[in-house]
Amino acid sequence: MDVTIIGAWVATGLTLFIFSFLYKDNPLFKLAENLYVGVSVGYTIVKTYDTVIVYLIWKPIVENQEWTLLIPVAIGLLMLTRYVPKAAWLSRYAFAFIVGVGAGLAIPRTVSSFILKQIEDTVRPLLVLVPGDGVTFSWNLMNPASSVNVIIVLIGVSSVLFYFFFSVEHSGPGKAVARMGVLFLMIAFGAAFGYTVMARMSLLIGRLTDLIEYSDPAYGRPTLWLALVTIGTLIALSRRSRSEPPDSH
Amino acid sequence: MLKKSANCVPCLRRSASRRQVALKASSTYPRGYASALHSLRPCWMVFLNILMLIVVCGVSSAIVLAEDQLVAPTNLQAFDTPNDGGESLTVNWAPSPLDSPDARYQVLLGDAGAIDAASLKVIAEFPAQTRLVKDLKGPWWTKTAERNWHQFVIRNGKGVELKDGTAYTVTVAVLKGEERTVGPLLRATPAPNWFNWNSVNNLVLTLLFGGVVFYSIAQAKRREIFLRRIPGLDAVDEAIGRATELGKPILYLTGAHDMHDPSTIAAAVILGRVAKRTAAYETELLVPHRDPITMAVCQEITKQAYLEAGKPDLFKEDSNFFITSDQFSYTAAVDGIMLRKKPAANFFMGSYFAEALLLTETGASTGAIQIAGTDSDHQLPFFVTTCDYTLIGEELYAASAYLSREPVQLGTLRGQDIGKALILSVIGIGVLLATLGVVTQAAWPQYFLDFFKDVK
Repeated sequence: MDVTIIGAWVATGLTLFIFSFLYKDNPLFKLAENLYVGVSVGYTIVKTYDTVIVYLIWKPIVENQEWTLLIPVAIGLLMLTRYVPKAAWLSRYAFAFIVGVGAGLAIPRTVSSFILKQIEDTVRPLLVLVPGDGVTFSWNLMNPASSVNVIIVLIGVSSVLFYFFFSVEHSGPGKAVARMGVLFLMIAFGAAFGYTVMARMSLLIGRLTDLIEYSDPAYGRPTLWLALVTIGTLIALSRRSRSEPPDSH
Repeated sequence: MLKKSANCVPCLRRSASRRQVALKASSTYPRGYASALHSLRPCWMVFLNILMLIVVCGVSSAIVLAEDQLVAPTNLQAFDTPNDGGESLTVNWAPSPLDSPDARYQVLLGDAGAIDAASLKVIAEFPAQTRLVKDLKGPWWTKTAERNWHQFVIRNGKGVELKDGTAYTVTVAVLKGEERTVGPLLRATPAPNWFNWNSVNNLVLTLLFGGVVFYSIAQAKRREIFLRRIPGLDAVDEAIGRATELGKPILYLTGAHDMHDPSTIAAAVILGRVAKRTAAYETELLVPHRDPITMAVCQEITKQAYLEAGKPDLFKEDSNFFITSDQFSYTAAVDGIMLRKKPAANFFMGSYFAEALLLTETGASTGAIQIAGTDSDHQLPFFVTTCDYTLIGEELYAASAYLSREPVQLGTLRGQDIGKALILSVIGIGVLLATLGVVTQAAWPQYFLDFFKDVK
């Protein structure tokens, strides 16, 4: 049998089994779930062995004599000491190294891109100099650099920043500013929600397009047959659970 | 050179016509006057005219040469790019009066042994008025040339492969029309640097901020620091209490990233607080992981929490367990756990991607109380709509201090607030200066803004 046809049957079956979760938890979903987890773990192990053990450790050390790599290897091996109770404390050095390096790398990057860059983009003149017209206040909402947009961004950034003050009570004028911050956050979340939902819809359309394609006789109509199998199984399971006495626990 | 020869032709023609005018003018003299001279006149006049022609032609050619002759880039410097990780060279050269829109520069690179420019490879060509030091990113304290000088950084890429410790020959050529003049051949060797002085501002800001935090911690040890109410964190105790009453487990997720991400570190710290409460209430804790190192760290944190709670015997090594690092198979497995184990409380802390809604929607369908905390701004809307409480952005980082009320953590939080106040002040002053610059059309506000840009 053609490999493409086998692939079509497997893909259709697993898609429908996963979709069966929309009804309720069932053995078909469990089958797909366990298969999915098992395959991904197997793939990860092989990929890690190939990219880390072979290409990052074995080849550079054995073939290129890069002996300095033994230091990270030793730190990595310290993690395995967790399985030896008397030497388990050694693994903490490895964790401390990882967390320390992680924080050391992340903090400057975060400060630079999320704080300082944000400040730079917020600092804009409230008025614009138009050649011929002189200094004016621009009301054009479609222009990100217009005066009105600069003021909106300035109010938004300042109020949201104030909302994240934890050691100041949000009362009186502070409460109004914090409320304004929450309002800006919710507008941003709404926009992000709509944007992401549209992206998810395109993913769903992709799966449905595959199911439609695999209903073709050239593949042996796997969508049709496996949909019948899935629905039949769910009906059978539902009837069986109804006939069984309720759990006494 | 062809151009210059061609320029000489009209020069000759102009001289010839001038000579004809001079000859015509000479015929106006009275006939009998200085007849001897008259007999000699055609000879020496012709000689003088030829002499004049040579002089005029020579001078004009010299002027044309001075205007058009290309001069090789002056003060050319090639050296290892400072403050980088290696495999890069920098070339600087002084601006030239010939830097016009129709002139171009070429950067040439070759092996160290190259002695002829013809053997070098052209790796970049650009208009002569571009690639100025002032247009390049980088603070003023690491600039290697004047603002109006040219600078080109050679990096590994298409057709260029620099190796640290290997010397290379570098030069710059200038082109105008058909002409091309090559500068002197220079040698330079790329090498990595231990320090990146471009980022010294980060160090200064970090030290400054660190000082503020230490001061705040000292203050927090002396007097109580106010913390505003965070509803999502108040609900943590409620969720654990509910799980205890129902006799159901608590599910805690640490997100998609590894321990390099601050949100995962924050999630692991909060896990310690939650684990301490679950140990005290003797409630089951389930922590499925996507990253093995995060799992190992969380195992240690959980163990420590049970120890601090005085219940080390209740600690289970497999309460933290690894599922898979694949995004959606992990999601499918956690969804399965939610449906089968039916935890009474679900915590989603850390960084999340497309799996966020799949997880929280399933959790909501089981009737669990759900508390999320993330700085993944694209997933926050999904958490807000499907969870009972959501810690937005920095609230996740404040959670640990809020839950523990330890002076060190409270002081850190206070220090962060002072940092935020500083940021607000900088924004306010910056906007004021920028607006003043536009209104007064003065240059001085821009100097301050440029200074700030470099310092940031």
